[in-house]
Amino acid sequence: MKGKHALASANFAVAIIAFGLAACLAVLQSLSIADISFPMRREDLYYLSVTAHGVLMAIVFTTFFIMGLGYLIAREALGRLAAVRTAWCGFAVATAGTVITAGTILAGKASVLYTFYPPLQAHPAFYIGATLLVVGSWVWGGVMIASYRSWRRDHPDTPVPLAVHGFLTTVIIWFLATFGLAVEVVGMLIPWSLGWVEKIDPVVARTFFWWFGHPLVYFWLVPTYVLWYTIMPKVAGGRLFSDPLARMVFVLFILFSTPVGFHHQFADPGIGAGWKLLHTFTTYAVLYPSFVTAFTIIASMEVAGRMKGAKGLFDWIGKLPWGDPFFASVGLAMLTFAFGGFGGAINAAYAMNAMVHNTAWIQAHLHLTVGTTVALSFMGAAYYFLPRITGRELRLAPLAKIQPYLWFLGMALFSTSYHIAGLRGLPRRVYSASLLGDEMGAQWATLTKIGAVGGVVLFVSSLCFLLVVATTWTTGRRTLVEAIEFAQPLAPVEQRGIWDRLGMWTAVAIVLIIIAYGYPLVSMLSHERFGSPGFVPF
Amino acid sequence: MRVDLYEKIWMGVAAALIVIFLAAIVVAAGAYAIHPQSHVETIDPTTVLEDPEFGNPGVAIQPDGSVVVTLVAEMFFFDPDPIEVPAGRPVTFRLTSPDVIHGFEIVGTNANTMVIPGYVSEFTMSFAEPGEHLVVCNEYCGLLHHNMVGKLIVQGVGE
Repeated sequence: MKGKHALASANFAVAIIAFGLAACLAVLQSLSIADISFPMRREDLYYLSVTAHGVLMAIVFTTFFIMGLGYLIAREALGRLAAVRTAWCGFAVATAGTVITAGTILAGKASVLYTFYPPLQAHPAFYIGATLLVVGSWVWGGVMIASYRSWRRDHPDTPVPLAVHGFLTTVIIWFLATFGLAVEVVGMLIPWSLGWVEKIDPVVARTFFWWFGHPLVYFWLVPTYVLWYTIMPKVAGGRLFSDPLARMVFVLFILFSTPVGFHHQFADPGIGAGWKLLHTFTTYAVLYPSFVTAFTIIASMEVAGRMKGAKGLFDWIGKLPWGDPFFASVGLAMLTFAFGGFGGAINAAYAMNAMVHNTAWIQAHLHLTVGTTVALSFMGAAYYFLPRITGRELRLAPLAKIQPYLWFLGMALFSTSYHIAGLRGLPRRVYSASLLGDEMGAQWATLTKIGAVGGVVLFVSSLCFLLVVATTWTTGRRTLVEAIEFAQPLAPVEQRGIWDRLGMWTAVAIVLIIIAYGYPLVSMLSHERFGSPGFVPF
Repeated sequence: MRVDLYEKIWMGVAAALIVIFLAAIVVAAGAYAIHPQSHVETIDPTTVLEDPEFGNPGVAIQPDGSVVVTLVAEMFFFDPDPIEVPAGRPVTFRLTSPDVIHGFEIVGTNANTMVIPGYVSEFTMSFAEPGEHLVVCNEYCGLLHHNMVGKLIVQGVGE
């Protein structure tokens, strides 16, 4: 591949292939849960496919898309990428890891779901491939920081462009998060799966997993916010309402995204209630930057509507370009996040969590958040960036225009019905919602069938997206390359401020992590523990 | 840093909202003692089935009238099943697993916890009304996870 965005393009390609595979599996899962029969509907294939869907969507699609966006934005906003050859090596390692992990899952050797809680045990290749993927992403993080440093040497006094500030935040969160994952996978799971150690402590492993698992959410969300803050106002035809507040939002994510993991372990034994309550506080703190974002972005949209001549209280909404595929994707993603965010506040509510823990509600929640807020924003980003990096016109434009609305409709059907089913007690991730035909299980039948209709609509939407991307990339008409333009703030920022001191904030974040995890880990490791041998699921 | 007046107001409202959420949680936890299951006790998962307590799972009435349910969750059933408890009395559940991680959720109630090998989960609740509840495993535990269901029967006084 050639051109200044070759690295970004390569990363996007892997992301979109993973997305396509995972989307095909997803629709079959929604049918299986609803007890709708189809050829090859089998228990082992269902749990294999849930594992593949989770890994390919939540880890591979997101990580590669974010790496691509990072390279693209550094290249555009800083005018450079440092250590390009190293970056390609990182890409090769991450891709090799992805192929190894995906191959192990598809071979039926790792049906442990994407949370891979021990003592369920996968083939060692599953863990080793995942490690390579993360190592490749660390190289990406290093290249991003090196590119920034190189730019900083030439611009000692200028504040870093907001989009890059957001991506440096993403890199910092990723390093803090994957430290926990590395301890779990390299320190515990790989030696245990290879038989070098016999036993593993599931609670300690889960604690390190969720050290990683929640900041992972902000690794997805901060790049999404970068699109919302720096591209969306421009496409809407307006200005960014406030630049410094966006920087404050990113810094708050650095501080509060990691010391929150126990809110995923509220129902775990072996962790004292006080520590669960502490992590509840930090979890609610991390809600705050999203509240601020909601105001800034909606105000930016209003500015755009008014610049186009809107005068009334709400008529600016109608002035916005709802027919533009990027705008429609991001607009609907934002709307979805209002619901996803409030559901998240319920999940994080210490005691109320027991009503929804591990039910279909959680599935519904994360399909609103990562499955729509993040994924639909990324699909919109593909519509925006693809013509600009390939120099080709978007093909099948009518499909691209309706695709975001189809996604929104499908997710509304799927998510609403699964939220309700979860509140009524349906467990998440089951091959069949009838649960041995129990009469109480019958109450979920209609809801899961509505969910399956949503699954089919989402599948059609995915196909539209894949068709537009594939045809544009291969046969789109060559055209003049439009520039990638970042939104200007209403009041330009000329001085570096407190929110630009990312090194200092990272140090504060590390202190917060030590406070949140230090004592619980020491006490966990100090009481008498026995450990578990591995169990291969089937 | 200059911040627009309306945005300042919103930031204040958002902060107040979060404080209210947290206050509700702290009041529920402090004044009403509503906590998630957070019992700290370990057990050797490889010998659970020979354990004096978990080797004989079942329902036992204590001398003071309270009820203890000792329950083992394993691939792919709950023992005992059905669980029979009296209505209107505190019931303490003690749960563990000899194999992988399971969930223990009594549908239609707030009973919902993880069952993790090597650890004992414990919580106490009471059931006001007689009746039947579905019990489900809500953590993926292997090929027949979706078949891991049980029954809880709440018996009225005099039944």
